[in-house]
Amino acid sequence: MPDPSAAPQFTPFASGLGGLMIGAASALLLAFNGRIAGISGILGGLMRAPLDREDRAWRLMFVAGLVTGGVLLGWWMPSAFETTPPVGWATLALGGFIVGLGTRLGSGCTSGHGVCGISRGSPRSLIATATFMATGFATVFVVRHVLG
Amino acid sequence: MPRLIAFCSGLLFAIGLGVAGMAQPSKVIAFLDVAGAWDPSLAFVMGGAIAIYAPVAWLLRRRSRTVLGSSLELPTATAIDRRLLFGAALFGVGWGLSGYCPGPALISLTTLATPALVFGLAMLTGMAMHALCQRK
Repeated sequence: MPDPSAAPQFTPFASGLGGLMIGAASALLLAFNGRIAGISGILGGLMRAPLDREDRAWRLMFVAGLVTGGVLLGWWMPSAFETTPPVGWATLALGGFIVGLGTRLGSGCTSGHGVCGISRGSPRSLIATATFMATGFATVFVVRHVLG
Repeated sequence: MPRLIAFCSGLLFAIGLGVAGMAQPSKVIAFLDVAGAWDPSLAFVMGGAIAIYAPVAWLLRRRSRTVLGSSLELPTATAIDRRLLFGAALFGVGWGLSGYCPGPALISLTTLATPALVFGLAMLTGMAMHALCQRK
C-alpha cells in the first residue's frame, strides 16, 4: 500500500501524455464539430431550454464517451481514481456546488478556459484561468497552512 | 458523423484525464499546494493539451466551417466582466477545496464511490441552479 504521508510523486510523463490526449480529443471536437471541449459548458448546455435536437445529441454523445472512458479506466487503470479522497463529504458537497455554480457563471473551467481558450489566445480565458488558479492556490494554502 | 466524433472525443478525453492523474484529488491538491509538498505534474497536463490544441486552433482560425462542412460555434464573448471574474474565482475555491473539476468529477462517478457521487451531485445542483436563474 502506498504511504499516504509520503511526498507526492512527480509524474511529468504520464501527466504530459494525458495532456496530449486531452488536447487531441479537444482538437477533434473543434475540427470536426466546431465546438469547444469545455466540460462545464457541454454539461451546462444540456441544462438549457429550449435545446435543439442536434445540440443535445452531440453533448449527450460526448458525455457518453466520457462515461465509457471512465468505465474503461476502472477496468484497466483503477489507480486513476481515488475512491477515498482526502476531503470530507461536507467539503465535497460545498466544493461541488461552488464548482457547479462558478464554472457556469464564469463560462468555463480548466478545459474550456485553460486549454481551449488559452490556445485560441483569448484574453478572457487567460484572465479566467489566472483567476481560478489564483483562488485555487489560495484556498489550498488557507486550508492546509492557515487552518490546518 | 458529428455524434460519433463527439463520442470518440469524450472517450479520448476521459482516458487522457485518467492517465494525467486529474481524477486524483490528492494530486490536484498537491499541485495547488505551492507552500507544501508541491507536485507540479498537472502543469504538464495543460502544457501537453495546449501543445496539441493551439496549432490546430491556429490552422482553423480563418474557417467558418468545420472539416465536415458544418458551422463552427465558437465563443464570441470578449468582455472581461464581473461575472467572469467572480465565477472563475468561485470555481477555483471549489476546486481547491475538493480537488475535483467537472471532467474528472464526471468520470469518477463511474466508480460509484460515495465521495465522487457527493461531489458530482452537488456540482450538478450548482449548475442546475444557475440554469434555473438564467431562465427567469
